[in-house]
Amino acid sequence: MEKYPGEALSLEEMKKVTQEKWSPRVKYAWSCGEAMSRFLNELKKGKLIGRKCHTCGRVIFPPKMFCEICFKPTDEWVYLPDTGTVMTYSASYLDKDANRITEPILVGVIAIDGASEDMGIMHYFGEMTADEITFGKKVQAVWKPEKERTGSVTDIKWFKPLKE
Amino acid sequence: MSRVAIVGVGYTDFRSITPEVSWKEIMYKAASRAYHDAGINPRQHVDSFITCAEDYWEGFSIFDEFTPDQMGAVLRPMITTCGDGIHGLANAFMQIKTGMMDIVAVESHSKISDLITYRDVVLFSFDPVYNRPLGGHPYYIAGMEMRKYLETTYTTEEQCAHVVVKNKKNALSNPTAGHEADITVDAVMESQPFFEPLKHLDIAPLSDGAIVLIVASEEKAKELTDSPIWIKGIGWASDTPWLEQREWSQALYTKLAAKKAYKMAHMSYPPKEIDFVEIDDKFSYKELQHIEACGLCPPGTAGPLVTEGYFDPGGALPVNVSGGSLGCGNLIDASGLQRTMEIVLQLRGDAGSRQLEGETGLAASWRGVPTASGACIILGV
Amino acid sequence: MEHVACVGAGMTIFSRRLKETGKEMCYEAVRMALEEAELELKDIDTVVCGTAPDAFDGIHMKGENLLDGCGGSKKTYMRVFTGGGTGVLAPIAGWWHVASGLSDVCLVVCEEKMSSCFPHPQSAFAHIWDPILERPLNPNLVWIFAMEMNRYMHVHNIKKEDIALVSVKNKKNALDHPSAQLAANITVDDVLNSEVMAWPVQRLDISPPSDGAAAMIFAREDVVHSITDNPVWVEGVGWCIDSTMWTNRDLYFPQYVAKAAKMAYRMAGIHNPFKDIDVAEPYDPFDYKELHHMEGLLLCKKGEAANLTKEGVTQRDGDLPTCPSGGLLGVGNPIAATMGVKACEIYWQLAGKAGKRQVPDARTGVCQAWGDLMQYGSVMVMRS
Repeated sequence: MEKYPGEALSLEEMKKVTQEKWSPRVKYAWSCGEAMSRFLNELKKGKLIGRKCHTCGRVIFPPKMFCEICFKPTDEWVYLPDTGTVMTYSASYLDKDANRITEPILVGVIAIDGASEDMGIMHYFGEMTADEITFGKKVQAVWKPEKERTGSVTDIKWFKPLKE
Repeated sequence: MSRVAIVGVGYTDFRSITPEVSWKEIMYKAASRAYHDAGINPRQHVDSFITCAEDYWEGFSIFDEFTPDQMGAVLRPMITTCGDGIHGLANAFMQIKTGMMDIVAVESHSKISDLITYRDVVLFSFDPVYNRPLGGHPYYIAGMEMRKYLETTYTTEEQCAHVVVKNKKNALSNPTAGHEADITVDAVMESQPFFEPLKHLDIAPLSDGAIVLIVASEEKAKELTDSPIWIKGIGWASDTPWLEQREWSQALYTKLAAKKAYKMAHMSYPPKEIDFVEIDDKFSYKELQHIEACGLCPPGTAGPLVTEGYFDPGGALPVNVSGGSLGCGNLIDASGLQRTMEIVLQLRGDAGSRQLEGETGLAASWRGVPTASGACIILGV
Repeated sequence: MEHVACVGAGMTIFSRRLKETGKEMCYEAVRMALEEAELELKDIDTVVCGTAPDAFDGIHMKGENLLDGCGGSKKTYMRVFTGGGTGVLAPIAGWWHVASGLSDVCLVVCEEKMSSCFPHPQSAFAHIWDPILERPLNPNLVWIFAMEMNRYMHVHNIKKEDIALVSVKNKKNALDHPSAQLAANITVDDVLNSEVMAWPVQRLDISPPSDGAAAMIFAREDVVHSITDNPVWVEGVGWCIDSTMWTNRDLYFPQYVAKAAKMAYRMAGIHNPFKDIDVAEPYDPFDYKELHHMEGLLLCKKGEAANLTKEGVTQRDGDLPTCPSGGLLGVGNPIAATMGVKACEIYWQLAGKAGKRQVPDARTGVCQAWGDLMQYGSVMVMRS
């Protein structure tokens, strides 16, 4: 078979070739804008909030100031319960830098009650094992104590099974 | 063969900071205004969407992900061009010319105030082996180029200062501009030297803003508006990326791009056929260099001409009546759309107190330090 | 609309680390494509570059830096970028450069140098997430695939061992590809026993990051015949993006791929994709993705792709050879440069130049790329 151009290097060989290293200083401070600012402020208060579009009737969560389907501004703020159902999930044995961990991180998408169908957010699961998570399971947010909340999605620690 | 026109314009003001809106919201504002101006609903009438962005200006890998919702492009064809706004317009032009699309929305914005380490990001665009290790503030490249340009063309620093005075003064008549001022040549000459011979006031300050233009095929353009602004010619080109191999005194990329645009527009003598120009001036000398590269006056003559008022709003060839980047602010890759937008408003007769007479305009962009890439577009009634 | 054909293609090997710089990889791929087409750089009038996140190569505006390696110096040059969708979106952009009448011969170059990113290219993926809703949770890219795979498996009741067949097939197909990084004879058990990354994704379900470059040359009908007597025509193109909010949709079916496919099929006059198409290269960064995308490409009913795989339909000697190149799973995944095993592969198949990978009597082929946050589909149909 003909050989296509290119010379592959092993990890060891890679260390021997001449290299130039650079770590860029890249920092941003994104303006959250109206929708996300309110969303984060409500999280600090221990609440979830969405926006409703009167034209299509959808309750959008996380909230947006415009409806992307109707392409018009959304119309009202709507508080939502902090419960939902599991849309999908995974048990991860990798952390964010792809390092191996022994205790899996349970993560998934939770469709929040009161929002339109399939309106979910990604978050952790806790107080259950990987075997106990199922599609459609009802879950509830577990919040940090008020004084520890900063106005971030991490003001919710995780979602746990909903106690009926 | 069917023509292509610009039928809608939407934009926000150009300001140093825009803390009250996120990048999505600023795009939404400009997009909503553009669709309203064109009289269309993006969810029904727009066939294709194009944004012009670079990841590191925004702070995301794959910025493309964060664009469709606020443009009305959910479940629609959309692409990102890593280029200036006029590169985006070129893609829209080509898509329409294939016959596959009738209406294309082109967007670009600057939310550069969200980027805290602008200097480091520009430096990050330098060649990692040959140039970046030298560090420093990357604008020294523009300083070096200015030095070469001045020496080769016998243009003076004072003449460059005139460009700053003209453009900032022009911006006083532009309600969207963010850096308008009535200053003197002395004020520019006495401003602090930054990257000699570039002084503080020779450098366009950064601005936020968003612009959306709606491009349409001839058939659709005539349905939508009584004043379509026709794209008569468009061209874009890049010189070598190697700083070491460039010919520093002239903007070759603009020369090549303009040549292609003029050919398409069947222009044999542009200085007579173009009525006004919006041209890149991220640094004062760049305006003169670009004017010469577009063949609008012989090399070395732009300097004397600007001091004579030749490029003033009342002059023979008005340049940057909008205020350019020096007057409106450097909008990064949205600069080309700001220039094009100004030509469109002028040709429509919508330019308020800065209205000019004319039927044909040229807009030319440059992607900034350290690139040698730019695009030109010729518009007419 | 001008009729446009591909007249030559080239690619480097795909490898976890290549010695060549980004520019050099582009140069090698371009040289190979020009040689195949028997053209010189001066015959090219426009150049399109497709390359994905700057963070991998470690150069902001890397399209500008790469342009000389792409042959774009002192030429009309443009970069397009839609994440992973770039591998097919870039040739589509090349198509419209020529189909619009603006260009006679367009060179499309795709490049990715993921190995520059330390400690691991994964770190660059940290920045694809929404800074407010997602980054604070420190997500890993594999999570999003794991969640999609889990949903897909759940909705259609598909077992892991059926999905693993795709990985087995593609890695085996790749043994016949000169660029392959990951070609191997593996078994379903190998896949099922491999390390769990994020359940249900295991190591052998995934294609690892790669360096690589690929190039294709497109020309107008009038000009094509003076270049080659074996052109492969671009008959249909389509592309589509879905909402940023991937958590607001049911991930079991890629609607955006279906929309892009319909756009391309309408243009190409394809009414029955399974029957009309002879060879397919759907995007396969994960094994379940090949199935997900086969359904998105409307090549079979929803939930049916796994059965087709089990029945051998997607083998090279089956009724619908799928990823005969070995795909990303077998050859490698250099994001945008995957054009080499998608669009280039379809070109080589239809031109009869696919060597040991050749699917007999391939006349119509489709290639597809996918990108962003479970969001982007680009589709191209070609015919010889």
